[in-house]
Amino acid sequence: MRKRHGLGTRLWHWINAVALIVLFMSGLNISNAHRYLYWGEWGFSPDQAWLAVPSFPGWMTIPDYYSLAAARDWHVVFSWVMAVALTGYFIVSLINRHLQRDMRTTLREWKPANIWQDIRSHLRLDFDHGEGKYNFLQKAAYGLVLFILLPGMIFTGMVMSPGMEAAIPWMTDLFGGRQSARSIHFIFAFALFGFFVLHIVLVLLAGPIGQLRDMITGGREDEKA
Amino acid sequence: MRRRNLLAAGAAFFAAGCSKIGKTDWFGAIVDSATSWHKFSHRAIGSLPLAPEYDRADVSPFFRGNGSQTVDTDAYRAALESGFADWTLKVSGMVDRELDLSLDMLKALPQRTQVTRHDCVEGWSAIGEWTGPQLGTILDMAGIRSDARFVLFRCADTLNGAEYYESVDMADAMHPQTIVAHALNGEALPERNGAPLRVRIERQLGYKSAKYLTGVEVVDTLEGIGGGEGGYWEDRGYQWYAGI
Repeated sequence: MRKRHGLGTRLWHWINAVALIVLFMSGLNISNAHRYLYWGEWGFSPDQAWLAVPSFPGWMTIPDYYSLAAARDWHVVFSWVMAVALTGYFIVSLINRHLQRDMRTTLREWKPANIWQDIRSHLRLDFDHGEGKYNFLQKAAYGLVLFILLPGMIFTGMVMSPGMEAAIPWMTDLFGGRQSARSIHFIFAFALFGFFVLHIVLVLLAGPIGQLRDMITGGREDEKA
Repeated sequence: MRRRNLLAAGAAFFAAGCSKIGKTDWFGAIVDSATSWHKFSHRAIGSLPLAPEYDRADVSPFFRGNGSQTVDTDAYRAALESGFADWTLKVSGMVDRELDLSLDMLKALPQRTQVTRHDCVEGWSAIGEWTGPQLGTILDMAGIRSDARFVLFRCADTLNGAEYYESVDMADAMHPQTIVAHALNGEALPERNGAPLRVRIERQLGYKSAKYLTGVEVVDTLEGIGGGEGGYWEDRGYQWYAGI
């Protein structure tokens, strides 16, 4: 039996999608300003860097030409959209029990045999996962995104803000310093991009029209997947 | 590879659309309010938070220079040769007493030494130990009028033909960590880092900490000064509140 996607889930999904695309593409423009990543509190030259990031071409960045000032404007605006939308999603999803009902994994699901079977059915492109809304791999991926990657982007972003750091300095220590937070921000951004690509590929494989319709209208109750 | 091309085309379409929106007035208004929310939330969390300070042992092996790394005038060259014997900091604007402070006078004031991290808007950071009098001490000496709203920093250097300048609100000007630094890591301020004087605004990005400081001007509006946006980089689209 399938449950409809709640209105809160659907609204958040599309707001978050737009916010993440703007944040990612403006972030690539910001990255072009200084293409080196460091660990610890400081770092300013290539020989201190653990990674030299490639330069991203205009079609990948917002705006479509190099402008640190304009890219930061987009980043600053959509950081609020993303953070407020995620907070709202968590509040609504706790109240309507979406998190407890659909996202919580059981001990049985963590058994290697179950995980292996889930992987095999995904590889066979068999997405009929019987009872429940999401299978184990979906819950694991969505859980990683919701509870680790998205909050991680917000908190590492806050650590990079000197005004916020003065207000809550312990958060910088939590990430091992400002430049470490910047590196984690970058790694998480690409983890989210990886999720985005996989998510779209799986939607395309699982029947894009039906999946898109369900994420807009909510889908029908009791519909066999 | 068709799907990849589709992604690229979509991204390019998005980026181009955002470039158009970015040039509109209404988007500028949204950016300004988002910046204000950031500033409000920073200041709401703590009434007078201090930027983190480090141990002397945490100082970076080198403090990178960026932007202007010298002042390209004969007068500056001569001042540098003479150890800035005649350099003065002019305090003017909405004050009871205008001041002309020599380097020796500034060094005779109560000093603050702080090891802080400098975060450039580009993304790099460096830690340095700065020494100098608090700007608040200097402003108190001059006597600020009650309707003053901003403190403007006048600089000797030019960048791409325009005079460098900066400004902060009174909260940042009177902040205990806002100092007029004349020393870095126990030595006279190096040329690339703004000799002989620079301001340190520790809760904002590096471009706020103006180098080659010649004057402090107390004003009630930023209109009509430079490009009217409150600073060299602000006139070029960067946020005035650089605590983000």
